[in-house]
Amino acid sequence: MKRPGRSRMRQLADAAAVLAAAMLLMGAADKPSDRLANAAQEARARALFQQFRCVVCQNESIDESEADLAQDLRRIVRGQIAHGRTDDQVRAFLVQRYGEFILLKPPLNPANAALWLAPLALVAAGGAYIWTRAKAPAAGEPDLTPEEERALRRLQR
Amino acid sequence: MIAELGAFALMLALALSAAQAALSAAGRLRHSPALQGAGEGAALGAFIAVLLAFLALMDAFVRSDFSVANVAQNSTTTEALFYKVTGVWGSHEGSVLLWCLVLTGFGGLIVLFGDNLPRGLKALTVMTQGVLAVLFIGYTVFASSPFARLADPPAEGNPLNPILQDPTFAIHPPFLYCGYVGFSVVFSLGVAALIEGKVDAAWARWVRPWALTAWSFLTVGITLGSFWSYYTQGWGGWWFWDPVENASFMPWLAGAALLHSAIVTEKRGILVGWTVFLALVAFSLAMLGAFLVRSGVLTSVHAFAVDPTRGTLLLCILAIAAGSAFSLFAWRASKLTGGGLFAPISREGALVLNNLFLSTACATVLLGTLFPLIRQALTPNDPVSVGPPFYALTFMPLMAITLLLVPFGPMLAWKRGDLLAAAQRLWVAAALAVAGALIVLALARPAQVLSYVGLALGFWLIFGALAELVERTRLFRAPAAESLRRLGGLPRGAWGATLAHLGVGVFVLGACFESTWKLDNSQALTVGQSMTVGAYTLRLDSVTAQDGAGFSADRAAISAFRDGRPVCTLAPERRTYPLAAGQTISKKSICIRGASDLYVGLDDALPGTGDAQAWVVRAYWYPWARFIFIGPILMAFGGLISLSDRRLRFSLPQSAKARVGALKAKATP
Repeated sequence: MKRPGRSRMRQLADAAAVLAAAMLLMGAADKPSDRLANAAQEARARALFQQFRCVVCQNESIDESEADLAQDLRRIVRGQIAHGRTDDQVRAFLVQRYGEFILLKPPLNPANAALWLAPLALVAAGGAYIWTRAKAPAAGEPDLTPEEERALRRLQR
Repeated sequence: MIAELGAFALMLALALSAAQAALSAAGRLRHSPALQGAGEGAALGAFIAVLLAFLALMDAFVRSDFSVANVAQNSTTTEALFYKVTGVWGSHEGSVLLWCLVLTGFGGLIVLFGDNLPRGLKALTVMTQGVLAVLFIGYTVFASSPFARLADPPAEGNPLNPILQDPTFAIHPPFLYCGYVGFSVVFSLGVAALIEGKVDAAWARWVRPWALTAWSFLTVGITLGSFWSYYTQGWGGWWFWDPVENASFMPWLAGAALLHSAIVTEKRGILVGWTVFLALVAFSLAMLGAFLVRSGVLTSVHAFAVDPTRGTLLLCILAIAAGSAFSLFAWRASKLTGGGLFAPISREGALVLNNLFLSTACATVLLGTLFPLIRQALTPNDPVSVGPPFYALTFMPLMAITLLLVPFGPMLAWKRGDLLAAAQRLWVAAALAVAGALIVLALARPAQVLSYVGLALGFWLIFGALAELVERTRLFRAPAAESLRRLGGLPRGAWGATLAHLGVGVFVLGACFESTWKLDNSQALTVGQSMTVGAYTLRLDSVTAQDGAGFSADRAAISAFRDGRPVCTLAPERRTYPLAAGQTISKKSICIRGASDLYVGLDDALPGTGDAQAWVVRAYWYPWARFIFIGPILMAFGGLISLSDRRLRFSLPQSAKARVGALKAKATP
């Protein structure tokens, strides 16, 4: 936190300097030879890795895991992308093989409706309740809270 | 012999806790100060007894007494003394004992610092704390004793999981538990108020310091855990939306909501039932967390010291404690007065909105954590995963709205705020926030729009917090001396809130910047070869064998260069722990570059070209990562500063004279 302004500028300069290098962004746990030659395709693969669960691991995406299965799955995803499949097709392929369990983002379907709609419903219900309780203060409202008034009476006695 | 004394002390603590509950209840029923005092004495005695048990276990660990099963399973003779000591809470039994220690410790603190509580309320609070202690110490004595002996002690023990042999992790559980269990005090205060059937502004004032204490500890605990994860889990991940992390995050969110709602209850006498409800929720979520973490019902990356057979018992404790508290709430809540109406545009209106979004966010995390279990029960053959993308779409927007509202709160007056005036005071902060995001847009590699929105939000929180200071000190409008005088006169509570809100902004900045602009690279290098990550070139200088306490390691020496100039040397290690079934751990090395980290790990050895050995080196560039951890520390520091505010001090009520003066000034327009 010392001189944040200065270090922020330096980091920004860093970030700018690495712009070109970023195009060569490479896979986490894989050897250089595993990566896709096409940078755009490799970036798509990396984004997809983060959406799939390493199904045998404790709770990791295949992007993070060093398990053999995660490496296999990364190879599959890269292979599919290299063959020109869309993200949706890759997703459908993996779900067909491993079930919905592989998706870290559960699909919006009747079985998962409660999960996806509950936050919205809670905010809406809470907001509606608050709306009914929100009123402009009445003109003659006392300025002291009841506790303060009691305390005042006690102290003035 | 000492282990037996420990076991005995633990049983004594159980009896004393039972006495604490019974005597305090009797003291309240008969309005007997003597009985109540005896209950308080039992509470202090219970703490001392658990402390003795804890020290007895620590002694067994330090002496490597492998005839104690828990010591044999979790420590070795070769590990450093520090890890022998911290190994005490590295196992299930030890961590439950630590939980009991903190629980009885807070019970003792209520006794010592609760003098300004009304007598009846104090008795019932001490009683509830006693009941909780009976549940948890009973569990320890009968189902999870750390003092069980082995008939045939081994010559050498099982080491602590090597990944846990780390200074940050070693001190993480005590902070986390002080946070979790600290909420037991507000829980007990809530139960006591429900039994008394009376909650007033004064009650809210008693709740706040305890909630602040617990919340600050929990903030530090979570941050330590996150930091540990950042530099041990290989790829620098600091948050995974993992069940174990969520378990600690839920009480944190509920605690944050409680801190804010208690202010409204104290100042305006409204939201009374809600504040009590949150007081019960915070500790219930902490207990739920303990159950989720310790039972292993949910798969987690951080599942250490898991024991499914004991999960059922922990679930029973949760059901008894939370179940009876919420039943009491359902029964008695209607007795509480002070639901009350409020003006929508006012400080209390802003705090009510804060509570709406914080508690919905908390409920979202709860649902996301438990949903896989629910689906497993409904459709066992079709399991579902709830991972980071779910929280990105639900939790993040909820929090974004909350954070957008933060700077408005302190700018609005109680009862009738002026939104236009608040906006006028904040437009500079808003302009600076947008400018900050635009500067990043101009300089950094292009990224998604949402990243810039996140950055603007972070800057908005920081400049919004500063705008509040400017407003309160009339900076730029009054003479500098006057502003300085006002700055000195600010109540600690105001400083605390400003610092905490600033900390949230710093965290948001770091989290956005790091996750958007991080870089990584991995390459097989032979000695003398180089690789690049971002603007840095890394050269592998050497790899040497090195032995440490309980492990043998390959240590690399790597020089980092920027624009051809050397900036630092890194020494990542690959450690092998022979006693832990040859487990290997990659010890990362971090080169600190301002707020950013150059982060390097050493992986497997590969056969290189010719007879040269090659090593896989993984390098990461984490820009602004420091802010992710500094932000929460600022939040916790803000909490501690608020705690030192005279108005909140545990046992120092305002002098009567000052109170009369303040109240008279308030009563006469």
